[in-house]
Amino acid sequence: MPTDVEQWKDEVYGNEIREHLFRFAEEGWDAIPEEEEDAWFERFKWWGLYHQRKGQESYFMMRIGTPNGVLEPGQLRTVAEVADEYARGPVDNPEFGAAYCDWTTRQSIQLHWIKLEDVPDIFEKLESNGLTTQQACGDSWRNIVGCPVAGKDTHEHVDAWPVAEELHETFKGNDDYSNLPRKWKVSVTGCDQGCGQGDINDLAFEPAEKDGELGFNVRIGGGLARKEPRFARDVDIWVPEEKVTDIAGAATELFHDHGDREDRYNARIKFLVDEWGADKVRRVLQEDYVDWELESAGDDLRDQYTYNAGGHEHGDHVGVHEQPDGNYYVGLNVLVGRQGVDDVYELADLADEYGSGEVRLTQRQNVIVTDIPEEDLDDFLAADLLDDYSPDPHPFMRGSIACTGTEYCSLSIVETKNRQVRYARWLKENVDVPDGVTDFHIHLSGCTASCAQPQIADVSLRGMKTRKDGEPVEALDVGLGGGLGENPQFAEWVEMRVPADEVPGYIQNLLATYEDEREGEETFREFIQRQDEDALQALADPEETDYEDPYMHNTKMTWYPYADEDDMGSSPAPTNGDGEPISADD
Amino acid sequence: MATRLRLLDDAAWVSVNDERAVGTSEVWPVAETFCSCELAWLVVEAFVDVGVNGRRVEARPHGHCLNCGESGTAPWLPVGKVTDDGFRLVEGVRR
Ligand code: HEM
Ligand code: SF4
Ligand SMILES: [Zn+2]
Repeated sequence: MPTDVEQWKDEVYGNEIREHLFRFAEEGWDAIPEEEEDAWFERFKWWGLYHQRKGQESYFMMRIGTPNGVLEPGQLRTVAEVADEYARGPVDNPEFGAAYCDWTTRQSIQLHWIKLEDVPDIFEKLESNGLTTQQACGDSWRNIVGCPVAGKDTHEHVDAWPVAEELHETFKGNDDYSNLPRKWKVSVTGCDQGCGQGDINDLAFEPAEKDGELGFNVRIGGGLARKEPRFARDVDIWVPEEKVTDIAGAATELFHDHGDREDRYNARIKFLVDEWGADKVRRVLQEDYVDWELESAGDDLRDQYTYNAGGHEHGDHVGVHEQPDGNYYVGLNVLVGRQGVDDVYELADLADEYGSGEVRLTQRQNVIVTDIPEEDLDDFLAADLLDDYSPDPHPFMRGSIACTGTEYCSLSIVETKNRQVRYARWLKENVDVPDGVTDFHIHLSGCTASCAQPQIADVSLRGMKTRKDGEPVEALDVGLGGGLGENPQFAEWVEMRVPADEVPGYIQNLLATYEDEREGEETFREFIQRQDEDALQALADPEETDYEDPYMHNTKMTWYPYADEDDMGSSPAPTNGDGEPISADD
Repeated sequence: MATRLRLLDDAAWVSVNDERAVGTSEVWPVAETFCSCELAWLVVEAFVDVGVNGRRVEARPHGHCLNCGESGTAPWLPVGKVTDDGFRLVEGVRR
C-alpha cells in the first residue's frame, strides 16, 4: 500500500503547492480543514515551510536554501529584515532574544514562528532579492552544499561554485525531478581539503583527475539518519565538469524510479546502494540512464583532505585566510549557528563596509565574510561584533554544533541549542584544553535524524531519556571518535543514556584521561581509535558537577521550553495572522 | 465513526483523528511483555505501527527498557480509548 505521504504527493506536489499555500495565506490559518492539515503540512515542506511542533500550531519554520551557502551582496540584509519583521514568536528565547537566524549544517537558513498569513509577503521580499525557499525541505533536490569558499580558495583545484550554480539552476523548480521518493542531498567539492562533506550526502562530486583533465569522481548513498549512517559509496565514475549535470540528472532519475516508495524508512538511496552494491548502481546507470560510455574513477585528492579529518590542522574555515586574488576571507564562529537579528544586521553592514557585501555559510554553522582587502583587515578584525563571533574562538566554542531540538522540532527528544550553549561555556570555564587541541567537535542532535551530524564529531551527543532519582529526565547517548578525511569514521557509541546534567562532567573526565594516556602527539581521534570496546567504556564516567541544566524535565511536553508558563495548556497557539489566539473549534 | 490513525513526523507521533496523541521520548511503564523485568520502563524511540482494536487504539513502540537495557519492538500496547466524548489517553501501567 502506498504510504500516506506518497498519496498526498500524488494529489498535489511540487510547484503547484504554491497556489494553495497562497490561497490558505489569504484565507487564514483556519481555512485549512483540520483533517487535511497533515497532508498540507507535508506538501508545504516542498516550499520550505515546516510546521512547528505540538503546542505551536499555526507557526512554521521557514528554510531558505542558499546554494553552497553563498549570500550575494545585499541578501544577508534581506534575511535579517525578514527575520526581524516576521520571525518573532510569542515568547523570547533566553539566550538569543526575540528574533534570530539559524545557520544550518547544510548551509541553509532557518527562521521560526512564521505565520502562514505572512508567507506571500515574505516570498515576494525574498524572491525579489534572489532568494528562495523552494525545495528547501520535502522529497526533492535539497540545497546543494559544497566548499563554502569555492572560487575564493587557494586550495581549490576546480572552482565548484559554477558547478553548484548550474545544478541549482537545473534542478530547482524542475517538474521532472520534483517528486522523489525521499530527500535528495547533493554536495560538490572542488578543493583538496574535502570541505564539501560529500561522504554524508546522497550524491557527491569530488575533485579527481583523469588523463590529465580535472573533473569529478561520483559517490552515491551517504546519509546519517535513523541509526543507519552510511558514507557515500564509490561507484567508480569520473565525469568532466561539463557532464556533471547529466550524471546528476541520471542518478536522480535512477533514484526516482528505484527508490522505495512503499516504506519511507527505507527510501533514501543509501538503502538502495546497500541492496544493489556500487557495481549494480553503476551498471544500471550505464544501461538505463546515460547515453555515453561512463569513465572509471580518476585519481582523487582524498589523501590530502584536512576538513574535520582529526589532524592538528583546523578542519573549518574559521579565521583569517588569503584568497587567490590577494583579498582575504574571515570565518567567524557562531555558537550553535544562531545569531540574534541585530547581530545579523551588523554582520551585513560589516560585509558591505569591508568586503564585497557577500557572506557565506559553512557546514559548521558558521559565517564567512569574503573579499576583504588587506589594508582593511585590521579595521574589520577590530569590529565589536567579532567579540561575540570570533575568528579565533576557544576550541570548545569552535567545535559546538547543535540542531533545532524540542524548541521547535516535533521529532526531538531533548532540548538542544540552549543546552549546547551552556555546555560550551561551562567547558570553556572548567576544562583544560589538551595540548595541541585547537578545535574539539561536540555535536548535539535531538534525535536520530542527526541534523547536527553527531556521528562525525569527536564527541557525538544524541537525545535520549533516562530515569534519575526515580524521575524521567533528558539524557544523551554519547559517541566518540567520529570524523571525515581520507578515511572517514563514524563515532562509536560508548555511553548510553547519560543524564544531560552529567555530560559536561563526562567530557571533563574524558579529556583528562586523554591528556594522561595519549601517546606523544596522538590526536583525540587516533587515541579513540586504538581503544578496544572495553577500554572505550572505561575511559571516563559521567559525573555531576556545578554545571546546571534548566532543561532536565520533559521539554517535549511543554508548549515552549522557555516560557514561564510552559505547560501545553498555556500555549497561545494556534493564532491568527495578527498573532492572536484562535479559540479551538471543537 | 471511523477513527483516523496515522504515524507522523518520521514515526515520532501517533496521530488519532488528526491530533498528535502520543509521541516518542515518553517513558512507559509496561507490565511483563517487553523484557524480563516485571515492570519495564520503556523509552519510546519510534512507533512501528498503529491500529485499533474495538475502541482501543494500540501501537507497537520500538525502544528500550531503562531498567535492564533490553531493546526491541514491543507487542501491541494501548495508547488510548475512543469514547463518545472523543479520544482519551491511557495512563499508568500498560499491558
Ligand atoms: C524542524 C526542524 C527539522 C526537522 C523536522 C528535520 C527533519 C529531519 C529528518 C526527518 C531527517 C532524516 C532524514 C532521512 O533519513 O531522510 C533529517 C536529517 C538531517 N537534517 Fe534535519 N530537520 C530539521 C532541522 C534541521 C536543521 C536545523 C539542520 C541543520 C542544522 C538539519 C540538517 C539535517 C542533516 C544534516 C540531516 C542528516 C543527514 C542525512 O541523513 O542525510 N535539519 N532532518
Ligand atoms: S536531529 Fe532530530 S531533533 Fe534535531 S532538528 Fe533534526 S529532526 Fe529535529
Ligand atoms: Zn527491562
